[in-house]
Amino acid sequence: MPSADASRPPDPAVEVDDLTIRYGDHVAVDGLSFRAERGRITALLGPNGAGKTSTVETLEGYRRPSSGTVRVLGLDPAADHGRLVPQMGVMLQAGGVYTGIRPLEVLRLFASYYDDPADPEALLERVGLADRRGATWRSLSGGEQQRLSLALALVGRPQVAFLDEPTAGIDPAGRQLIRRIVADLRDDGVAVLLTTHDLDEAEKLADRVVIIDHGQLLADATPAELMATGQGEELHFGAPGGIDVAALAEHLGAGVTEESPGEYRVATAAAPATVAALTAWLAERDLPLADLRAGRQRLEDVFLRLTRSAADADAAAGAAPPLDGADRRGGGSRRRRPGRGAARR
Amino acid sequence: MRALLTQTRTELTLSLRNGEQLLVSIVIPLLLLVFFSLVDVLPMPEGVTDAVDFLAPGVLALAVMSSAMVSLSIATGFERQYKVLKRLGTTPLGRTRLVAAKIAMVLVLLTIQVVVLVGAALALGWGPGGTPALTPLALLLGTAAFAGVGLLMAGTLRGTLTLALANGLYLVLLLLGGMIIPFSEMPAWLATLGKATPAGALSTVVQSCLRDGAPAAGRAWMVLAVWAVAAPLAAARWFRWE
Repeated sequence: MPSADASRPPDPAVEVDDLTIRYGDHVAVDGLSFRAERGRITALLGPNGAGKTSTVETLEGYRRPSSGTVRVLGLDPAADHGRLVPQMGVMLQAGGVYTGIRPLEVLRLFASYYDDPADPEALLERVGLADRRGATWRSLSGGEQQRLSLALALVGRPQVAFLDEPTAGIDPAGRQLIRRIVADLRDDGVAVLLTTHDLDEAEKLADRVVIIDHGQLLADATPAELMATGQGEELHFGAPGGIDVAALAEHLGAGVTEESPGEYRVATAAAPATVAALTAWLAERDLPLADLRAGRQRLEDVFLRLTRSAADADAAAGAAPPLDGADRRGGGSRRRRPGRGAARR
Repeated sequence: MRALLTQTRTELTLSLRNGEQLLVSIVIPLLLLVFFSLVDVLPMPEGVTDAVDFLAPGVLALAVMSSAMVSLSIATGFERQYKVLKRLGTTPLGRTRLVAAKIAMVLVLLTIQVVVLVGAALALGWGPGGTPALTPLALLLGTAAFAGVGLLMAGTLRGTLTLALANGLYLVLLLLGGMIIPFSEMPAWLATLGKATPAGALSTVVQSCLRDGAPAAGRAWMVLAVWAVAAPLAAARWFRWE
């Protein structure tokens, strides 16, 4: 471990090693390890209750690990809190601002905490709230509050930014704006760690995606790597839920599974003959085809596969080897419990 | 220092922008003082001929309770509920400067209240007596005691519950604390209870500071000092930031 006194903190900016967080008997985070680099956007992706917020709040110094270690810019976020906070930008999932305060007032207030803050006026402009300067926090819309929270995370010119669900509940325009600002942060060399349960978000924005569920690491890779796994060997289609997959499998000569209600996967290459056979089979039964995808899959498919039941996960692991052998924690015993996942989206 | 000043100024601005808080900290004490000085319906303790001589010290004690307990606890309670305190925890502001800013805010608010209320009382013909030099000490001890009670509520209860409880306590202590109704008018057991509260101790002490012929306040000083130490300690012990 490099000295915390080094003038330039070591890369990576965020190090999580075998982190476990317990609340009484409940294990929120279970032996999690990952890194977040400077000049990179790292997305911590998982369903609600996966342990994302617990992990981020430990990195922010709000709680101490039950076991394992975390380092941010080479510092212990709890023990070295005073030295870390001037370099850290934080966006909570919700709230965090005086309800009666106006945007510029709170930006100026936060600016006063830092030695070399960003210009509050310019920041207000940048998050698109220049025309809302007379409004109080409680009268801002959810999206406007999110943007102001983001501005507050940036006012101290942080080296590392923790953004908890930065685009949750935001309209598309606001979402675009936030994505652009976050990308600029990355380009300025800031280490950005954001949490999201939105796969689209992670796919569009992140340089690296760390997928967790039930507090455990499922995958740690770039979006491209995640999407490349199993590519070309599968055909996905949407149709009414509950069709006879056994009969269809026999017709196609390949395994068919209903991954989630109305979403099907055919374990064969998307040859034109297979597609023709599929559409013919559906037509005979007067079943509509909602969509059909071959080859390149979406992150959502990867995510569903990773968070599926143990039996399915083992089958999927046969087709797609673990994404990151070193970080994948050993064997079937740590995999998902059966009966979860499909309903969770 | 810049952070402390900006924090204090911001908290003060937000407090003064809040209508209900102004009502509790300025309007109600002022209204009680003016109305009951002009309208002779309240019983007065023995030896008081001019109601304002009893009411002026009483509403000063009330002013302390309203800003240090009611305003502070309600604002802090909602800041806690809306995760403002949590968010400030990851800025370089730090707890020390946050608490210092809150103390400064209460003291500025109290100064405004004292100026307004003393001005009004003098206009109503108040002639202060007693040992006025001890008044600032009394008000500071009262501030510490009520701020401790207020922060204890704000740091342990939900914002809405703190709001309800602070306002309820304000009314109960206004009646029981000897601020506008003399202890001499209460049944002995009720007066004893009232004198044990920080409100009763503070009003007794302020009466002795500002009114000739007020009852001796040695015991009340002690009760007030105990509250001024115990309540902030309890708040520091049990206050939860989230």
